[in-house]
Amino acid sequence: MTTQVEPLDFNPPYLYPDYRSTTVAAPSRPSVMLPRDWFEFGEGPAFGRIPVRPGDNDLVNGNGGRPQGQRVVLSGRVLDADGRPAPDVLIEIWQANASGRYVDSVDLQFQPADPYFVGAGRTLTDSLGRFSFRTIRPGAYAGLRGGEFRPSHIHVSVFGWSLSTRLITQCYFEGDPLISRDAIAQSVGDPRGLDRLIAKLDFDANEPGDLDCALAYHWDIVLRGPRATPTEAAR
Amino acid sequence: MTELVLTPSQTSGPLFGFCLLFDGSDRAVPHDAGDDPAPVTLAGTVVDGGGNPFGLPRGLIEVWHGRQWARARTDADGRFRVYLSRPEPGRAPDGQFLAPYFNVAVFGVGLLKQRITRVYFPDEPEANQKDAVLRLVPEEDRGKLTGTLDHDGTLHFRIVLQGPGETPTFGW
Repeated sequence: MTTQVEPLDFNPPYLYPDYRSTTVAAPSRPSVMLPRDWFEFGEGPAFGRIPVRPGDNDLVNGNGGRPQGQRVVLSGRVLDADGRPAPDVLIEIWQANASGRYVDSVDLQFQPADPYFVGAGRTLTDSLGRFSFRTIRPGAYAGLRGGEFRPSHIHVSVFGWSLSTRLITQCYFEGDPLISRDAIAQSVGDPRGLDRLIAKLDFDANEPGDLDCALAYHWDIVLRGPRATPTEAAR
Repeated sequence: MTELVLTPSQTSGPLFGFCLLFDGSDRAVPHDAGDDPAPVTLAGTVVDGGGNPFGLPRGLIEVWHGRQWARARTDADGRFRVYLSRPEPGRAPDGQFLAPYFNVAVFGVGLLKQRITRVYFPDEPEANQKDAVLRLVPEEDRGKLTGTLDHDGTLHFRIVLQGPGETPTFGW
């Protein structure tokens, strides 16, 4: 009983003055609108180019020791705009360590580094559109401008099956009081859109067992555009 | 059935490099090496609304055409370079003619969602004249989507994010 309903789109505007950097980056003129399906055809991107190895979705292990921070499993499904699971979608994530520092070369390096944490991961969704990352909860950190304090967030880059599905976004954590004060998160004007960016604690899915078990968070990703079937793609 | 909410976009922020960039990410490998058309270096410059370079660490660039794809970060002067091969003319889904072009997506600081624009080749005036997308662009703006070629085949493209000379943004 699939009902064809247009999905709800709460993408933020280009200009959102509370996020001050938008005031010099937002276009001053309206976009040239193209037919939607012109962004929905064509080959998917460049998968083969981006190496995904087993273990790339585990950010906790593999760096020679135990990183600081609360262990978290972030998992969910990628769906197309009709709500169907989307297999073979590439997800890249990057994040700060538990104290709010990034490994990136242009990080200001004010917060302490963690020798056992890099904070970059990749995975492909499986045949049911599922993905999972094991990581630590990133630290909230202060921004360069007074009064800014970013909530805990994981940056997420998604490559689907066409240009329309290319997405870079951020994943926040349920219950973080900083979300309501963060200009970037609040740029998504509608609470239903913001809710889509918030991973929910899934306590029953916590890893069972020992001291190293991870808190489970569930987060689904819904991409623009229907996914072409293999037949359609071959046309 | 509950309403399906699309995942909204958010800025990439400035600190993406250690994840999104890797050796060779700025170089598109032709899928079909047998018919490889001429290589093209796309050398871009991105400028913000204050006339300043959209420079390191602000800008992330992705360039696409068909199966070709490349990714780079802007340097301190707002410049980037990616290496692709020259695209063929094509057809839109409705059959309309498309001149050779590259999709260029700009992400980065101050961009809550990507800016999608296109660069066309200056030595394809007849194809550009017939291009179904350029026809939708106001005539006085079409030149802003045409790069300049230098003698070694480098295609130069200036992207102005805001204000006078602003490069057209595409949406749907």
